[in-house]
Amino acid sequence: MQAWLDQLRAEIGWLGHLPAGLVYVVAMVVACNLVLVFASLLAGEVVWLERRVSGRMQARIGPNRVGPQGLLQFLADGVKLLAKEDIVPRTADKPVFLLAPVIVFVGAFSAFAVMPFGEGLVAADMDLGLFVVLSLTSVEVVGVIMAGWASNSKWAVLGAMREVAQVISYELPLGIAALSVVLLAGTLNLTRIVEAQGGWVWNWYVFRGPFTFCAFFVFFTAALAGLKRAPFDLPEAESELVAGFHTEYTGFRFAVFFLAEYSAMILFSMLTAVLFLGGWSPGFGVDLGGPWTRWIGAAVLFAKTVFLLFVMIWVRWTLPRFRIDRVMSICYKVLLPISVVCVVGAAVQVLVAWSWIGTDGAFGAWLGGR
Amino acid sequence: VSQPRPDLGSGGEPAGATHFHERQEAVSRDVRTEEMVFNMGPQHPATHGVLRVAVKTDGETVLALQPHVGNIHRCAEKIGESVPFYQWVPYLDRMDYLAAMCNEHVGCMAIERLGDIEVPERAEYVRVIVAEVQRILSHLMAIGVYGLDLGAVTPFLHQFRERERGLDLLDHLSGGRLLYHYVRIGGVKRDLSQEWLDELDAFLTAVERRLPEYNTLLLNNRIFQERTFRVGVIDAETAVRWGVTGPALRAAGVDWDCRRDAPYSIYERFAFDVPCGASGIGGEVGDCFHRHWVRVREVEESVKIVRQALAGLPEGPVLGRVPRGFKPPAGEVYVRGENPRGELAVYLVSVGKQERAWRARCRGPSFSNIACITEVAEGALIADLVALIGSLDIVLGEVDR
Repeated sequence: MQAWLDQLRAEIGWLGHLPAGLVYVVAMVVACNLVLVFASLLAGEVVWLERRVSGRMQARIGPNRVGPQGLLQFLADGVKLLAKEDIVPRTADKPVFLLAPVIVFVGAFSAFAVMPFGEGLVAADMDLGLFVVLSLTSVEVVGVIMAGWASNSKWAVLGAMREVAQVISYELPLGIAALSVVLLAGTLNLTRIVEAQGGWVWNWYVFRGPFTFCAFFVFFTAALAGLKRAPFDLPEAESELVAGFHTEYTGFRFAVFFLAEYSAMILFSMLTAVLFLGGWSPGFGVDLGGPWTRWIGAAVLFAKTVFLLFVMIWVRWTLPRFRIDRVMSICYKVLLPISVVCVVGAAVQVLVAWSWIGTDGAFGAWLGGR
Repeated sequence: VSQPRPDLGSGGEPAGATHFHERQEAVSRDVRTEEMVFNMGPQHPATHGVLRVAVKTDGETVLALQPHVGNIHRCAEKIGESVPFYQWVPYLDRMDYLAAMCNEHVGCMAIERLGDIEVPERAEYVRVIVAEVQRILSHLMAIGVYGLDLGAVTPFLHQFRERERGLDLLDHLSGGRLLYHYVRIGGVKRDLSQEWLDELDAFLTAVERRLPEYNTLLLNNRIFQERTFRVGVIDAETAVRWGVTGPALRAAGVDWDCRRDAPYSIYERFAFDVPCGASGIGGEVGDCFHRHWVRVREVEESVKIVRQALAGLPEGPVLGRVPRGFKPPAGEVYVRGENPRGELAVYLVSVGKQERAWRARCRGPSFSNIACITEVAEGALIADLVALIGSLDIVLGEVDR
């Protein structure tokens, strides 16, 4: 974004007279707020998508009254939740109880700051992008355990316990599977990772050999578990734990948990698309050219994100829920070994490409190229 | 009360194990652990109504539990002793509200035997037809709700599509969707029309067509099997000891079905299989999977029975003569029938010259079936407890009556 700002400063006269630091800071604040608004609205629409898609899958209609096709349903729901009484249980640990949704919200939304929505459409283009995303999303767990503990409800404690056990476990295969892509790309910068997948569809990391192919599925499964989506929705298993860690939350605080959950879904879908499915590369090596390239790319990334969101919804409304011990054994006995094999395999692949084949040829570049 | 720690062994073990043992000792000495007592219900999504189960847990493991019933007790039996017989029949509907037709059937049979009332043959056929349609509806509900208990919402809503047709069917016959008061003392209220029979045929075809779909989503689903195999095993001995009946008893491998082994009405005229738990189906005999499997198979068998009844449906009246101000002679009867959830028995005592029973008592299957969880659920996880309660398919209206 800095380069783009510098260009703007050169082109627009009065902007050039302002101090560079000020322009950067103001632009940063504006960009972050844009991203926040965009992510919140999108999360609302994903709720709508979930309800409509599940409606179709369950031989019913789903919300279709507010706005065209019910698209504005989330506004109606939001207004309703705002109007609800905000109950804090008498036995709750009040400051912690009130702080918990804020932390969950921050964890889920702040990661969007380093997430590229399209070529150059990123609020903070960091070299540690992937690292930052994975760390910020882990902050959510802290909020959840605060919520579970402060509620002073047994169901909430059990839900929070499950959540912490599950999310922390699944961060291992998630991170390691992402590492196999990092090895091939040689960078943690999300924009660079996408640029390395330009051109044809076989340049997407999911198609660059068997190791990243497996890593894609490991990553997506671990993301499902990290997001507490079915079949891993144990922390809020409604038939067992009533509503899990947010049992005692009402009104807008509940809405914040809800929104954070869906925005995390968007985040991880987008991250999966960026890491494995070519990001904003449409998958055919034709330069669309012109000033619209950036926006077409953003639309392509958006389409991939929506597709992955659809898969998440599809899985949720098809499968029963795992049991807690099985969830753990899947993580440590299945996904973790596979992800380690993937990362070692990817390392060997890069080594082979560099040492024997060379990255000058097309095949070598595909195998281990940057 | 602290739970005894599992004995981690001593001697004959590698050195590391002893070290581990010592560490465990240290942990149990320094860290204060507590058992939690949960109140599952009466407002809980998985207790199928207002069952309250007090569960003592160690983390997620159930140490002990006690079901508390009585939250919707409505004095159905006492009412039976204070209103005339014909007025008591609709109260039977409200006991097991998912099997109202079957309840009426058994109740009316008891009253008829007490008063020696003849039932026309066509009425007996109609009773069997509606009772089996009711069994299909009840089992569809049980199958779908079990998916809901295990976290699969879609089969639940899919079965509502077929169940809706069945409810419409009984609605067109009786005017009620859930509570019918269609079976009357001496027969049934209305005759079947040709349109209704066509409608019934379409319903049966739809059920046969959709059942494999539900099995794809649940019975044959890998996660479903992992959740139900070897979970909540009620073996034959335990089942008989606790008086478990119905699909739960048959899933335990006890080959007993009132319709075949103690035939009532005209069930001896129909050929049908009694699905029974056996090794080779999957999991362990008597586990949650077997109970689900038995229900799925029973739906198929009920379809068979209805088709046979339709083929043999005779002409004639559907309501016999019942004297006005019906006062049965002194005596007592105990009549039982196979409800979707198990054996429903009605015990009536008449002292004669009275329009009402001197003593009315029901033996509901849900009550006996739910009792056994105190023994079966010990040592299970909370998720297994939910799976177990769901697989017993209780209706709280009948537990409390």
